[in-house]
This record gives sequence, structure tokens and C-alpha cells, in this order.
Amino acid sequence: MRKITFSEATLEAMREEMRRDDRIFIMGEDIVRQGGIFGQFKGLSEEFGIEKVLDTPITETAIIGAAIGASLAGMRPVADMHFADFMGVSMDEIFNQMAKIRYMFGGQTTVPMVIRAPDGLIRSAAAQHSQSIEAWFNNIPGIKVVTPSNPADAKGLLKAALRSDDPIIYFENKDLFRQIGEVPEDEEYLVPIGKAKIVKEGTDVTIVSYSIMMQKALEAAEILEAEGISVEVIDLITLSPFDEVTVIESVKKTNRLLIAHEAVKIGGLGGEVAAVVAEKALDYLDAPIMRVGAKFTPVPFSPTLEEAYRPKTKEIVDGIKSMFK
Amino acid sequence: MSKELYASFYETMFKIRTFEKRIEEFSMKGEIPGFVHLYIGEEAIAAGVCANLTKSDYIQSTHRGHGHTIAKGASVDKMMAELFGKRTGYCKGKGGSMHIADFSVGMLGANGIVGGGYTLATGAALAEKIKKTNNVSVVFFGDGASNRGTFHEALNMAAVWKLPIVFVCENNEWASTTPYLTTTSVKDIADRAVGYGIPGVIVDGNDVVKVYEESGKAIERARRGEGPSIVEMKTYRIKGHFVGDPEMYRTEEEVQKRFEANDPIKRFESKVISEGFLSENEIKKIQETVINEIDAAVQFAFDSPFPAEYELYEDLYVD
Repeated sequence: MRKITFSEATLEAMREEMRRDDRIFIMGEDIVRQGGIFGQFKGLSEEFGIEKVLDTPITETAIIGAAIGASLAGMRPVADMHFADFMGVSMDEIFNQMAKIRYMFGGQTTVPMVIRAPDGLIRSAAAQHSQSIEAWFNNIPGIKVVTPSNPADAKGLLKAALRSDDPIIYFENKDLFRQIGEVPEDEEYLVPIGKAKIVKEGTDVTIVSYSIMMQKALEAAEILEAEGISVEVIDLITLSPFDEVTVIESVKKTNRLLIAHEAVKIGGLGGEVAAVVAEKALDYLDAPIMRVGAKFTPVPFSPTLEEAYRPKTKEIVDGIKSMFK
Repeated sequence: MSKELYASFYETMFKIRTFEKRIEEFSMKGEIPGFVHLYIGEEAIAAGVCANLTKSDYIQSTHRGHGHTIAKGASVDKMMAELFGKRTGYCKGKGGSMHIADFSVGMLGANGIVGGGYTLATGAALAEKIKKTNNVSVVFFGDGASNRGTFHEALNMAAVWKLPIVFVCENNEWASTTPYLTTTSVKDIADRAVGYGIPGVIVDGNDVVKVYEESGKAIERARRGEGPSIVEMKTYRIKGHFVGDPEMYRTEEEVQKRFEANDPIKRFESKVISEGFLSENEIKKIQETVINEIDAAVQFAFDSPFPAEYELYEDLYVD
């Protein structure tokens, strides 16, 4: 299969879906001239025109709000946030409007829109340009939160999001944009929303992870396999509402669970996954559930501190080994 | 101006007033749950503005939204049922007074967040521009809401993209329980239009004909693709911020004086009679029809069932 970057995979998804459905349009900061910080929008304005590919004022509130309004008027907007961190600017629009409109109006309408939100650590971008904030949205009914961990899923998941009638937040890790991988050319290649994927089967312990942390989860699995521990690795893909069945079935088989994400550990998604497993499969557990995540500080600037903040493969390996002591 | 148009102004205003009076009664008795904000005294604005719109045009409303909803052509049966929290209401009992909407007539929703509607209305206007229709979007907001940051973001975006939208300010002088001048940098909200390079006009919001004409000009301008305007309607909030508001911040005399001098319905009634557009008999007939309609709506609401527990999870997600 041909190999392309994660960024190109998302661009391909946008192109194919915009050709397929003329209700899709995209707006955000620096899309037309710059083509996106990671080149993820390059050439879109040339193909679809500046009526469908819009450079907005620097107004995240109006970008999200206008996307919601346009979706109510029959369009399928994509709102780019530049950096996930900037979603704080438009939180009212996200949690009081976008998430609630369908429900509080009794199903009279749908809100088919996608927020694209580049997140995660990248080369000392520091406290306001590096965060992984997915857990905030886990607590808000009415939104679906998804995130791919590789170029193929980046394409298939974005396409599925663009076809969904629910409002979706699509987190895309900034460090993954340059990553190269095999990506299907099939225009009907979709990654289903709401389903987790067992990326590697195993029998002794389950690692639940997502986004860029999947790489460390798989790395840890390889190290542990060499030491005789069989590891099952699940990529959640949809973070809210997450696929409880796949996680619970896996834990029933392996009897051990570790959740790993790049976001801050405290109050992170790991806590929710752990709670669900504790509620529904406690009797199957042979060891305490463990979590690996970033330290509880803002993201620091200096490379040495950023590295200290970052969750590591070794923490996953050590955590799992401790379960077998 | 035709007799029919005048009759429809009267009917809409009287319908809003009658609806609100019944709502006040049931809310005071506790039969309508939740917060209720009444539009009494401001009826001319919704009636006059919406008379310029078709069902394909959009409005975004506020927490004080019953008047806009009625004027846009929504059914009072389904509104009443919604306010009572019944399954037959517009939102199946999930929204209530602050979240009433009728998408079938372009009423995109009341909003419990002050200043929450601007950006949504701007997006609806953007959609119509992309689709190349002649439809327009109107957002209603209060004097208090004009201090929100969303006001600035939406107006700048609408102005720079010349979107088909009109910003209708209902300046009722009260931002909840605070006199607006104590928290607002300008006396006339329309002055703020200068900052966006767009027209800003001031209108007597209790004169339904003036409201109709002036908002009509802004709406037609938007339809022609010439961009947004701010139309500021000067009015006065007759009732408290919400039903049950003890109104410690003003005297009853002050309110009564303002209402008696400037009740938009009374003013219009004497105008149409003295100018010979409608007879007292014709007015009485309109009143009777409206009262029957509202009575029937109340009956419909009372007769309707509450939603069942299993409906809690319905309409959360599509897929």
C-alpha cells in the first residue's frame, strides 16, 4: 500500500468528502494562504474556492458559534481550532450550544459539525500550545470525541466524522502530523465512531490508550512480550462516549488493566475507564488498575522540563511489571 | 400600509400579550415549572420585525423569547405544552421556556445564555450566503447582552463577510435587575455600529409601524447582500426580570407610569381606530379569536402527558 503522512491523510479525507458532499465547508485561522500550520489544508482553497474554505478573524468563539449556526441552516461545517488549547475561548459555544441543541430542542434538528483540534506536546510549545484536553469533554453529554493514532485512522476517522450527524471533536496530535504510514486509497474506507480497536491481542494484561500514546503502549508491549508477559493493546479511538464493551471484554480475559494517555493523569480519561471497569468487572481483576499520564503541572517550556512532564514507555512497563509481583 | 397588515400586527401583539398573561398566571401558581421571562410591553418589536420575514428566514431569540417565537409563526399549542413540560411540546418537554424553538418556521431557538445567539445567527447567515439564497437571519438581543464579547466577534465577522443578518437590539433599559446605563458605556447601543463600519439606527420600539419599516430597511439591505446593520429598539421592560422577581430595584409607580404612557398595544389600537384602519368591532373580533386560541392552547397543554422516564435518553445522539 502507498505511504503518506498523517497530515496528507487528513487532507485526502477533506478533499474526498468535500467532493462527495457540497454541504461541507471549512473555516478557521490561516487556512487559505498558509494552508494550515501543519500543511493539513494545503490546496483546499484552490480546489473548493474561498467561499468554502474560509480564513476567519482570530475569533474562536465566532468560529465555533458560526459553525453551529451554519449546521442548523443545513450545512456541514468543519471548524479548525489551530491549537486545541484555544477551545477554551469558545467553551460556551461548545458545551452550552453545540452539545445541547439537539437534545434541548427535542430532536428537532441535528448539529452535524466537526471541530478539528490539534493537541499534544510539540517541541517546547509550552503551557498554552501543548495541552491534551480531551478529558474536559468526557463530562459533556451530546458531543462525540474522537482521536486517531496513525495516518490510516486519521483518514478513515475524519471521513466518518464528516459523515456523522452528531457534533464531533476530532483531536489530532500535532506530533503525529509528520508521521508516515500506509493509508488506504479506498474512498469508502471509514473508521467507525464509537468502536475501540484491539490493535494487538494478548492474554496477561490490557493496555488502553489512544492518539500518540499508542506508540508507547505498543513499544511497552514489545518489551513486556520479550519478558514473557502477553499484552493486549486497545486503541480507544472514540473517547466519548467510549466503547465500554471492548474494554470490559478484554479485561475479563486478561484480568489486568493499565490506561495510558499523554494528557495529565489526574482527572484524565484514564480515571473514567478505570471507574467503569471497577464498577462492571472488579471481580475479574487480579491486580490494581494503573494509570500513566502526564504530571500535574502546566506544560513547561524548557526541553528538560518538558521531557520530565511527558509520560514515558518505561512508566507503562514498570507499572505492568508491578502487577505481576 | 394595508388594512390586512395592520390587522396582523394587532393580532400578533395581542396574541403575545394574552399568551404571556396566561403564562404569568400559571407560573405564579407553580403550574409552570422553571424560570419564565415575560415579553409584556415589548410586543411591537417581535411583531414588527417578523412581519418582514418568511419561514425560510431565520431568527435567533433570547431567554425572553415567547414573543419572537409567536411572531415567527410558531404554534401556541406546542409552545404552551412545552412550557408546562409536556411531551407534546416543541421540545418534548426537554427545553422549557428558555429553550423553545420551532425549526419548521426558521425559529432557531431561544437561548439561556445572554448573548449566546449572535454567533449562531451569524453562522446561519453564512450558510445562506454559501448556498446563494436570499434568506436572511435576524438575532434579537438585549441592552445587557450588547456588552458580551460575542457581540463583537459576531458583528466583526458578519461585517467583514457582508453576511445577510440584522442585529435587533431590544433596549428595555434593564439588564436583569441592573439599570443598563450603570454597566454600559454608551446610551445608544446603535452607536456601536460605527466600530464595524455598518449602519446603526434607533427606533421607537413601542411603535409597531416604525419597527416594521426600519427593521424592514435593514432586512432588505441584508437581502441585497450589502451586509449587516444594528437596529436598536427603544422600549421598557414592564415585568420583572423573571416571574416572581420581587423587583426591589424600582418602584411600581415608575413602571405603571411608563406602561400607561407607552403601552405598544394601546398606542396602536388608538392609532388604527383614529386613522380608520380598523373599527372597534374588528378589534374585538381579533381579540376574541386570539383568546379562544390561547384557551385552546392551555387546554391542550393540560390534557397532554408528561414525558416518560424512558424518554430521558432520546434525542441525545443521532447515530
